[in-house]
Amino acid sequence: MSALSQYIDLYRNHRDAFHTGAPQAMNDLRGVALSRLEVASLPRKGSEDYEATDLSSVLADDFGVNVNRRDFDADVAQAFRCDVPNMSTNLYFCLNDRYHPSRTALLHDQGGVVVETFRQAAHKHPQLLAGHYGRLAGLDNPTVALNTLLAQDGLLVYIPDGVTAERPIQLVNILTAAMPIMAVRRLLIVVGREAHAKMLVCDHSQLTTTQALALQVVEIVAMENSTFDYYDLEESTATNRRISSLFVDQRAGSNVLIDGITLTNGFTRNNYRIEVNGEHADTQLMGMTVASGRQHVDTHTFIAHNAPRCHSNEMFKYVLNDEAVGAFAGRILVRPGCPRVEAYQGNRNLCASPEARMYTKPQLEIYTDDVKCSHGTTIGQLDEEALFYMRSRGIGIDVAHTMLMQAFMSDVIDAVRMDLLRDRLRHLVEKRFNGSLASCANCVSSCKTPN
Amino acid sequence: MLEIKDLRASVEGKEILKGVNLTVRPGEVHAIMGPNGSGKSTLSAVLTGNPAYTVTGGQVTFGGKDLLALSPEDRAHEGLFLSFQYPVEIPGVSMVNFMRAAVNEKRKYQGLEPMSASDFLKLMREKRAVVQLDNKLASRAVNEGFSGGEKKRNEIFQMAMLEPRLSILDETDSGLDIDALRIVASGVNTLKNRDNATIVITHYQRLLDYIKPDFVHILYKGRIVMSAGPELALELEEKGYDWVKDSMDN
Repeated sequence: MSALSQYIDLYRNHRDAFHTGAPQAMNDLRGVALSRLEVASLPRKGSEDYEATDLSSVLADDFGVNVNRRDFDADVAQAFRCDVPNMSTNLYFCLNDRYHPSRTALLHDQGGVVVETFRQAAHKHPQLLAGHYGRLAGLDNPTVALNTLLAQDGLLVYIPDGVTAERPIQLVNILTAAMPIMAVRRLLIVVGREAHAKMLVCDHSQLTTTQALALQVVEIVAMENSTFDYYDLEESTATNRRISSLFVDQRAGSNVLIDGITLTNGFTRNNYRIEVNGEHADTQLMGMTVASGRQHVDTHTFIAHNAPRCHSNEMFKYVLNDEAVGAFAGRILVRPGCPRVEAYQGNRNLCASPEARMYTKPQLEIYTDDVKCSHGTTIGQLDEEALFYMRSRGIGIDVAHTMLMQAFMSDVIDAVRMDLLRDRLRHLVEKRFNGSLASCANCVSSCKTPN
Repeated sequence: MLEIKDLRASVEGKEILKGVNLTVRPGEVHAIMGPNGSGKSTLSAVLTGNPAYTVTGGQVTFGGKDLLALSPEDRAHEGLFLSFQYPVEIPGVSMVNFMRAAVNEKRKYQGLEPMSASDFLKLMREKRAVVQLDNKLASRAVNEGFSGGEKKRNEIFQMAMLEPRLSILDETDSGLDIDALRIVASGVNTLKNRDNATIVITHYQRLLDYIKPDFVHILYKGRIVMSAGPELALELEEKGYDWVKDSMDN
């Protein structure tokens, strides 16, 4: 029995429960997703794009799905804080896969900015769901098909044309359960023409012994001349598995920054697929991973330049310690008829222990003349000369290590376009390197649970 | 203060130092000269604990302690300082953070509290003046994008910040124009007092016009083969290293 079939059976056995109350747009796609899954097999470890990752074993456990949408105690979410000091956000929670606004979010209306569950949106903004749900998230990827089959709700973020959301939108995902659980999460973000917004998503887990899987799909549509920042910060635990697929449709003149940060986790696979569909679009795709113990972080990116005169800049950096495993496979495609595209890709990695492993595969595929593209990848150790220079000035070896690793990450941190978040990240990364941010469970300063 | 006895060291299996003996007392300035490949830089690397070099014999005591048993950072805490021939660039680490870490690590070693931010900045300002180091350089990443002269001035600035008991200046004059040489030398002379000592490693006499040595030693093929007063440097300048080679090899 493949790892997938248990979930197919689950769906078949509870078909009505999955469909009840879910928006039409979601239910409409389940049939296609099911037929894809029935013939799909999960990619084997070592196959193209899965050099270091065995999806079958990640999905093999019998994870429970909250089929009957049992409610959770909203106070748990309200009590949970993911603070960026002095940064006022419109805050939303997702406890496993159920969404809930904070009290402050309800108080701050932002000029028509919509943040609501798919179930609410089905009544208030059905055209947005019908027009965009599942449009980007291709079902040829079995994990996306599985999400589409099982997802019962999601969060819609809509910034109407011409609107600037002054307060960043923050979504805090929390995993909590007494038994192994799969959280099936879905985000749809539509940024209208000339609209501007920033979003921060924080992945947390309160589980330290129970296995859990977050299976998430994010679809982002950035309309003409919009700007959108999406920061995704994972601070989960060693028992957490995450499979995330993020899709972007960028229109002419849009400016999108996607930043994927993993500080603590168990297993993570992040897929990014960005379609640049209009001229003069600007794409920043950044990522940063700090992994130790037996953490596993695998990133797969694809940027397709489908229009001329666009610019993309991609940089992923990893620092791996202990027996951590990192993987990066990035592909940039410049389609025919797209002159004056500039696309740069970089992946730089530090293996700070002899047992750490990094797999990397940069790819450029160019079908147009008159473009500027480059890719570069490095795997190395800390600079011995710099280390000795610091020690000769009296800086102890542990402090010197921390400072050099922090310095290695500095350009990715500097790319963050929110001052307070950038400062916060610098602080978190420093704590991560000096060992005081072992896991979400004891990161007292970033996650305060009032008594 | 520093006593080197029969020091032997190798790099990548090749013996470079073949029994060096040297004694340095407080208040003294020693110059070590010698042709290329004689082991001058190896001596400074071994004394500061560069892990690329292996000590194969001999002893070094510094202020009564077994220097070779100490880690590089503890050697610095004990008051040893090396001005690098090729200062290392460290992108992403600002000079301010670098110096703050260095100063506070030493204070920790001495059992002192970390310096307050305002005291630290005041100290930076004061010591920058010693070598006329621009404030802009002090706020940049360590040595990144510095010119050759700026790097050497930055070394002496760090020396001023850390107030070592023994400073080793490794080819500090290389790559310096005459104005920068004057600034660097005057910085070194300003920091000089009765209780500290300096070892100047140099290829040429010209630095010694500015930093006056009490003793001049010639290192050749891993041994100190001649030691005398400052007049030895002048004689060497006049006769060249061939004179040493000829008299040693024959």
